[in-house]
Amino acid sequence: MWIIKLAWKNMWRNRNRTAITISAIFFAVLLSTVTNSLQDGVFDNLIKNVVSFYNGYVQIHKKGYWEERILDNVFEDSKELQHTILTEDNVQNLAPRFESFALSATETNTKSAMVIGISPDKENFITQLKNKIIEGNYLTANDTDILISEGLMKRLGTKLNDTIVLLGQGYHGSIASGKFRIKGILKFGSPDLNDQSLYMNLPLAQEMYGAPNKLTSYVLNLKTNDEMNQTARSLKNILGKDYEVMTWEEMMPEITQHIKTDKASMYIIVILLYILVCFGIFGTLLMMMVERKYEIGMLVAIGMKKIKLIYLLILESLFTVITGCLLGILISIPIVYYLKINPIRFTGEFAKTYEEFGFEPIFPASTDSNIFIEQGIIVLLLGLILSFYPLVKVLRLDPIESMKKM
Amino acid sequence: MKTVIDAHNISKTFNKKSIPVLAVKNVHLHLEKGEFVALVGPSGSGKTTLLNLIGGLDKPDQGNILINGIDITKLSANELIDFRLHNIGFVFQSFNLIPVLTAKENVELIMQLQGRGKREIKERVQTLFQEVGLSDKLNSRPAQLSGGQQQRVAVARALASKPQFVLADEPTANLDSKSAANLLDIMTKLNQEENMTFIFSTHDQRVIERARRVITLVDGEVNSDTGTYLELNHGNSLI
Repeated sequence: MWIIKLAWKNMWRNRNRTAITISAIFFAVLLSTVTNSLQDGVFDNLIKNVVSFYNGYVQIHKKGYWEERILDNVFEDSKELQHTILTEDNVQNLAPRFESFALSATETNTKSAMVIGISPDKENFITQLKNKIIEGNYLTANDTDILISEGLMKRLGTKLNDTIVLLGQGYHGSIASGKFRIKGILKFGSPDLNDQSLYMNLPLAQEMYGAPNKLTSYVLNLKTNDEMNQTARSLKNILGKDYEVMTWEEMMPEITQHIKTDKASMYIIVILLYILVCFGIFGTLLMMMVERKYEIGMLVAIGMKKIKLIYLLILESLFTVITGCLLGILISIPIVYYLKINPIRFTGEFAKTYEEFGFEPIFPASTDSNIFIEQGIIVLLLGLILSFYPLVKVLRLDPIESMKKM
Repeated sequence: MKTVIDAHNISKTFNKKSIPVLAVKNVHLHLEKGEFVALVGPSGSGKTTLLNLIGGLDKPDQGNILINGIDITKLSANELIDFRLHNIGFVFQSFNLIPVLTAKENVELIMQLQGRGKREIKERVQTLFQEVGLSDKLNSRPAQLSGGQQQRVAVARALASKPQFVLADEPTANLDSKSAANLLDIMTKLNQEENMTFIFSTHDQRVIERARRVITLVDGEVNSDTGTYLELNHGNSLI
């Protein structure tokens, strides 16, 4: 206990220097925590967008569909197939989809639209589609009406309860056409989805395209997203070579690459930050050893074992580092929470780049406790590693020499 | 009388690889419990080196040093630290109190290193501070004390471990006359009343005058080892 008390008092021996060191650690932890929280928040948001806007974590298609998204690459929907997929432990549920393109037309305008046939309840479970309704109502099981995205509605110059005509190419070269009333308007963060999406009940879409009981994909919701890759591998084995099982990372490799690149550049910044902190801590330890060389020699002379001295010096370093870390973490918590509630919104070119990816251009912060713990542990380890310097000095210390040279 | 220090034929040479300096040469020393000894001699005569050897801070190139029958030249570095902690009290020229600790805490530190109980430490601290006349300065930091007071705290610290003897390297060198006299009074009293053994290296005539045995070193050798200052020199300077 006395050694802890002595270490604490020694830490405040030179108040200014300790304050400067603590400040350096504080700012490093604060900056790294906030930047990491923002980065993770952005990536979490990115992934959440990919999943909840449209793609889902995993999709199953007929082999070759993702390469060539045409109606020739559809597959037969069956209860057996659904059952097989759902027996995989990590699959929570699935939503069947039939997707194709069509021309949508009003009296005056014609625009291309992505027609998505869905099972309303199942789709809502995965992509929370119902939440994106800004006007009108969501589809019910036997609805013959449609939902269209806000952007497409504006492009067509139409409104809720208006009727639009769809015209496209159906399965095996047939003509796909129909007239539908707009039951609800959807708003997506992604400009791509917002400008062209059109949803209808799955049987209605299958009928219009002349492809009864055919699907383009199953969109899967997982119990644990962390095990996404294992689940995809397992499903590939179960379903065999007639189907392709794709994770969102495979479907959108540019997003994965973007995350990797962004993380790498952030690592460099954080490493630079830590190098600066290392210099700060090392400078303090260096000065401390020079200033207290005589005293340390004297302590050994009067009977303090070197192991106790090492313990004392490590405690002093740890106290300094822990104080800086704790302050950094304590101050960063409200900042990160504020940024989570009030995310920074991009503007200009940066915003456009994000929108091109199809995501909301916001910078939300992640409040994952691991970020705070990780940063704290990293700085703590740095402090411990740097403590080896006084440790080596003490081990080599000759009390007579130390007391002589002052 | 009980023998405290028994050094046989000890020598110490520095700078062996370049220009060797024989700091201590074939010194024999026999000290008994309760002695009040001054090591004197001109600068470079080997006083501090001899003190370091006796104190187990340095090892001789030859010879043995027995303290209470234990040959400290055979002890490892770690064993020596432990030996010093339990057997030797040190008083340094520049006091060397730890500035962040109070006077009381500085004295407690030695006993804490020895692993003594809280109650024993508390009682011993009170006794020691009474002996050095600083009972009212227990909670003062070294910076709040005068040089003389700091050296008295250093004496209390040296005595805290209940050592076999106290080694004092120029203890009065940084003190004014009054403080030096005060410190010497305390040390003399401790020597006379508690039979504590003191060994000083000093240039200070005031210390030499109080010593009951004066050992003079010249060029690392014992030039004379006599009784009191007055018996030795009849008033002529020894240093």
